[in-house]
Amino acid sequence: MSIQTRTHVKAAEATNPQAAAAPAAKMVARDVKVFYGAKQALKGINIDILENKVLALIGPSGCGKSTFLRCLNRMNDTIDNCRVEGLISLDGEDVYGRRIDAVQLRARVGMVFQKPNPFPKSIYDNIVYGPRIHGLASHRDEMDEIVETSLKRAGLWNEVKDRLREPGTGLSGGQQQRLCIARAIAVSPEVILMDEPCSALDPIATAHIEELIDELRENYTIVIVTHNMQQAARVSQKTAFFHLGDMVECDDTEEIFTNPRDERTQGYITGRYG
Amino acid sequence: MQITVLLLVLVGLTAAGYYMGRASAVRAVGGRIAALHSVPAYYGVYVALWAGLPAFLLFLVWGASENWIVMQMVLGALPQNMTDGSEQSLSLLKADILNIAAGISTGREPDPVVLAAAERYNMLRALGDWMLLAIGSALAVAGLSYARGRIAPDLRARNLVERVINVFLVGCSLVAILTTAGIVLSLVFEAMRFFTVYPIFDFLFGLQWSPQTAIRADQVGSSGSFGAVPLFAGTLLITLIAMLVAVPVGLMSAIYMSEYAPPRVRATMKPVLEILAGIPTVVYGFFAALTMAPFVRRLGESMGMSVSSESALAAGFVMGIMIIPFVSSLSDDVINSVPQSLRDGSYGLGATRSETIRQVVLPAALPGIVAAVMLAISRAIGETMIVTMAAGLAANLTANPLQAVTTVTTQIATLLVGDQEFDSPKTLSAFGLGLVLFVVTLSLNMIALRVVQKYREKYD
Ligand SMILES: Nc1ncnc2c1ncn2[C@@H]1O[C@H](COP(=O)(O)OP(=O)(O)O)[C@@H](O)[C@H]1O
Ligand SMILES: [Mg+2]
Repeated sequence: MSIQTRTHVKAAEATNPQAAAAPAAKMVARDVKVFYGAKQALKGINIDILENKVLALIGPSGCGKSTFLRCLNRMNDTIDNCRVEGLISLDGEDVYGRRIDAVQLRARVGMVFQKPNPFPKSIYDNIVYGPRIHGLASHRDEMDEIVETSLKRAGLWNEVKDRLREPGTGLSGGQQQRLCIARAIAVSPEVILMDEPCSALDPIATAHIEELIDELRENYTIVIVTHNMQQAARVSQKTAFFHLGDMVECDDTEEIFTNPRDERTQGYITGRYG
Repeated sequence: MQITVLLLVLVGLTAAGYYMGRASAVRAVGGRIAALHSVPAYYGVYVALWAGLPAFLLFLVWGASENWIVMQMVLGALPQNMTDGSEQSLSLLKADILNIAAGISTGREPDPVVLAAAERYNMLRALGDWMLLAIGSALAVAGLSYARGRIAPDLRARNLVERVINVFLVGCSLVAILTTAGIVLSLVFEAMRFFTVYPIFDFLFGLQWSPQTAIRADQVGSSGSFGAVPLFAGTLLITLIAMLVAVPVGLMSAIYMSEYAPPRVRATMKPVLEILAGIPTVVYGFFAALTMAPFVRRLGESMGMSVSSESALAAGFVMGIMIIPFVSSLSDDVINSVPQSLRDGSYGLGATRSETIRQVVLPAALPGIVAAVMLAISRAIGETMIVTMAAGLAANLTANPLQAVTTVTTQIATLLVGDQEFDSPKTLSAFGLGLVLFVVTLSLNMIALRVVQKYREKYD
């Protein structure tokens, strides 16, 4: 089911002239500025998010990483006094434009939050929540299949297959976070945004999720915010360093960690501040 | 007079004790406060407590027993034949003595013996007050000097003071608990008395409620029938109507306030709704009786139905309006306490606002909403004024909301209004009703609180 949707999307991309001009960029941000009331949180960000790659966003707290991430699926719309300027496009289409609705966009650009937030429903209902509201599945068998594939992809199937009817809130923290990932996968998004997905987890659960991210890259484009330098180095191919609302530099992860061009980047990754 | 002096002396000594205690604690360590076990103020309070507390306790005990002791002494000095009579004549005698002593004319020419007794009574009381003043002051001074003598750097003043405070706090909470227990016990005992006169089974399951009994033996009148089912049914009917009004309206306005309303609208709407909760129920009552009931009747007549001028519908509707703020305010709090992260999770999956509310927020808030509704029900069941004014007193056993019905609380009120004999079944039946009411609302509240508690645990 989800595979079909994906091939369909790729076909559309190939015929899209704009996408052809920048073939590997799934999402593009150009001069993105964000204001919370009068306060400016982002000061003109330019980033290309490459398809089937993991992009890590690093930087000290309050530098605007979450804000940027939330622009990508328009989650900032839910904040009253938040204003976004600049261009963000998905497959060459302006996500703040007329033709895309925030609700549809969020089905294509999924999100995993810092604190695991399973709904107070059964594990099964947590997974089918998205597919149900988007009408992706109507029959029982289809839903069963979505639940199974999503949980398998999230590496949770073996642990929960016998208790799908039990509440998702009863799982351990790491399991809850994987459930949230499975829930996001279930609507077959093209991009998955993760905001510090491991910061509430223990090292073993973290390792689990990192492994998972690496596997998910095959099918999805991933943007992850992390405070953990090792984690960024392990899971990402590209890394962007944010500082005080600016994107200081964005490059191959290896480059950033071995040979940062800006001295602020160097200071941050060597732990001099942040 | 003496008592005022004593209280002033106590206040003075307590205040003095505080400063003396503090000063001598500081002096005891030569100003190096760190060497003290507690902060100096605790030593002050320690001495002040010793100065004030024993004397004050003496004052309380004295106040509670003085009248009784003095009366016993006065009676003991009277001739045997006067105090030997029946209990009634004895209490009459006591009342006479007290009245004369207080200078109130009894209307009769007082017996010289009684007159002498009253004088003696006054004399003994005055003496007692002087004694109280002397002993109390002595006790205060003694306590003060004892406590001052005990002050030393290693005296654990804080612990001692805190223990006294602890006892005081326990005492305060006991007042509330004991009062409740007292009320419940009196309710239970009076109800038991009723059930010895009238079988409990007939009371709980009888279909006929007509509490009019003959007041005097020679009067003609019915013997009274206390089957409470019509009252329970009436209460249920009115509560049901009230809930049909209050729950949807309250819940919808709560959803609007917490999920849709811009902050400024919410900031004005919530207080306005809460004003509704502050209107005295009597005002709702005459709104129900004078506006709503005739309106319902005219409406019914224009549709060709016969509506009694006091209808369950009018009363229930107005009661529902009264309860709206209750439901909306509690539900609003509950909905607001659903974590934002759940909403974010739902929006992040591409759900719309209404999908999020229906499928995530409301289910998550459901236990709390249920609890709010249950509290509202117990409020509706306990409400008296509106029903008394708008639904009438006729104990009809009917499910027709257009007819007059009556409720448990209304009947209790009418049973006890006016002059009553306190051992007639009519009066006692009020306690039976009260007990049922109490049990029902108590269990509703307990269930609601349990549900809320469970719900809290889940999100904290
Ligand atoms: N809802 C909001 N309202 C006002 N200011 C906000 C809000 N969210 C974030 N900010 C501000 O925007 C800046 C960037 O925040 P954020 O994107 O959360 O940083 P990061 O995720 O990098 O720690 C911070 O200064 C923060 O105070
Ligand atoms: Mg953040």
